[in-house]
Amino acid sequence: MTRPPIDAVVIGAGAGGGVVAHQLANAGLRVALLERGRDQQFHETRHDELRSQRTTVLGNAFGPDDSHTRLVQLGEDAEFRRVVASDGAYGNVAACVGGGTKSFGAMAWRFMEQDFRMRSTYGAVAGSTLEDWPLTYQDLEPFYERAEWEIGVSGRGGANPFEAPRRKGYPMPPLPLGREATVLMQGAWKLGWHPFPIPMAINSVPYMGRPGCVMCPHCVGFACEVKAKSSTADTVIPRAVATGNCELRTQCTAKEVLLDSQGRARAVAYFEGRTLVEQPCRLVVVSASATESARLLLNSRSKLFPNGLGNRYDWVGRNLQGHAYAGAYGLFGRDLWDGLGPAARVALCDFNHGNTGLVGGAMLANEFIRLPYLFASGIRPPGVPAWGRKHKEFMRANYKREAGVQGPVQEMPRWENRVYLDPKEKDEFGIPILRLQGKRHENDFVVAKAMVQKATQWLRAAGAHTVWPKMPGKGVNGGQHQAGTCRMGVDAKTSVVNKYCQLHDVDNVFVVDGSVLVTNGGFNPSLTILAVAYWASAYMARNFKAGGRTG
Amino acid sequence: MVSRRVFVGTAVAAAAKPDEGWKTLTAPEAGLLEAVCDQVVPEDDTPGAKQAGVIHYIDRQLAGPLLRFRESYRQGLPLLDQAARKLLGSPFLDLGAGERTALLERVERGEAGPEAAAFFRLVIHHTLQGYYGSPSHGGNRGEASWRMLGIEKHMHEGHQ
Repeated sequence: MTRPPIDAVVIGAGAGGGVVAHQLANAGLRVALLERGRDQQFHETRHDELRSQRTTVLGNAFGPDDSHTRLVQLGEDAEFRRVVASDGAYGNVAACVGGGTKSFGAMAWRFMEQDFRMRSTYGAVAGSTLEDWPLTYQDLEPFYERAEWEIGVSGRGGANPFEAPRRKGYPMPPLPLGREATVLMQGAWKLGWHPFPIPMAINSVPYMGRPGCVMCPHCVGFACEVKAKSSTADTVIPRAVATGNCELRTQCTAKEVLLDSQGRARAVAYFEGRTLVEQPCRLVVVSASATESARLLLNSRSKLFPNGLGNRYDWVGRNLQGHAYAGAYGLFGRDLWDGLGPAARVALCDFNHGNTGLVGGAMLANEFIRLPYLFASGIRPPGVPAWGRKHKEFMRANYKREAGVQGPVQEMPRWENRVYLDPKEKDEFGIPILRLQGKRHENDFVVAKAMVQKATQWLRAAGAHTVWPKMPGKGVNGGQHQAGTCRMGVDAKTSVVNKYCQLHDVDNVFVVDGSVLVTNGGFNPSLTILAVAYWASAYMARNFKAGGRTG
Repeated sequence: MVSRRVFVGTAVAAAAKPDEGWKTLTAPEAGLLEAVCDQVVPEDDTPGAKQAGVIHYIDRQLAGPLLRFRESYRQGLPLLDQAARKLLGSPFLDLGAGERTALLERVERGEAGPEAAAFFRLVIHHTLQGYYGSPSHGGNRGEASWRMLGIEKHMHEGHQ
């Protein structure tokens, strides 16, 4: 079946795709926004810890379901293991309208100036494809601002002395600190460090038609019951649809981008339910996440691109990155738990850069509320058994007296860390399933150890009587912070897209999601993905005017 | 004569059929598993796994999202019983509470082999899920764990 031609097809209704769809629709282009998942509502998943995005033991609340599998190599010499979508090793980002932003923790960070210039700041790193971005913080600054004001971010401008210059503050004041963050804030001051309230894509007060946060404990991993969380599903996507120019098509799985004889994209082939559909268009935007966008490009083979669209030099799917979370847990002599979400409220950026002898670093923040199973299954100091009477006593005595501090250590990109198509096995639509391969760079563990030390110091200064470390695992990380697989760059031989997220080889195909991030910063990446999406949309709107020839 | 092949097949099929009142477990499996779960979260002055109905969580989920672990239970539960006979000379259910604890500590250390240790780790996780997760999945009856932690008022499913 072939649909009537339109201007643009955006594949994936997450952070990047949501923004692009809105901006193009605003510019008058006729847009189809494809999403393989559904437009999920709160009542479908409610507050069920065992089916949250963070604890997926009974399945992914926001998709995909466990009929989806990948083959993952856990460790460089290990066998590939088949994992279902709710297994942590699968590297899932949510598959629903809003994508990861439907259930994210909503920390809304700007990367620092050095994060765009890692190679220039630190020099070459052996075994890493560390590189500068082709754009700078200054290029992106107005688009960070746009993301903060259009999506809705609460925070205090100027509170973080290490932040790069900003022209404007946040549209909303920060959320209250809560008991745990207050204690940690005081601890950091004792050390002479610079703590501040975390900027969050959560309304602290009513904003743009959505209410303020009710501070329930079920925040990270859950859809927000009152829609105070600034998901693209509740902000830019409804606005895109309201223009009359954007049609949101859910349960639509893209199969491949089709080219004309000149090597330009002419249509997207996708499944509407089970029916294969061709949607002719003059602009294609791939925003399906770092793993799935790479998969779609690799599956879009043609005479001109026998190894996948934009993959002439074997860079599609390479440099898969996440974050090497490291930090510490501490037990206190009094209750810190106040039942108020999101609980992650205090952070500091003293150790993102400028650590003597280290390449990179991380923002450190206190943890989101630890729900009971997550706590029971993984949080206990060495010496406390995993089960039995002593474990139960530990739970009872300490559940409300624990605080965790950790940070997303900026991973050194490795060319060997990658996703690629399995040569034989296909999913229910006949699309090859993914293989994930690789391991973390040794530098990640060096930096992680340093962050463990800082977190330990912080917890001790705040009054913890028992502190123990949290170190990252060794395997490749394609989880919720997945990035890097369609690198942005100047040289077509060592990157996939240019600084406007446009394929070097095909001028009407763009990739707009975490895939294009050259490096992933020492921060949660969603605000940067949103800012890059505004930046790329502005370029597209200039170059693909409404009313142009379609099909 | 029934050939050995057919006989074995029938025996497996018979063992795989749940008993009345259960979705996946046989009555003997349920009896043994419940005793193991109650070791993972024992009763003291607050309810243990048995009182909190953790066995119903596992039984129900093995027919749903945890279906892929069903075979692990089929094969793993006999391993624990064999470990009891081999290491302590009695079936698991004939052991006293202290002996059960001591046995499972030895299983955890690998003294009954890697398969038994891996299976016990699985039971630990499923028990903690049933005990600390939402009552809507069959365990945590009366919000036993949430009351124990003093957080039951915060754990409601939503306002709407």
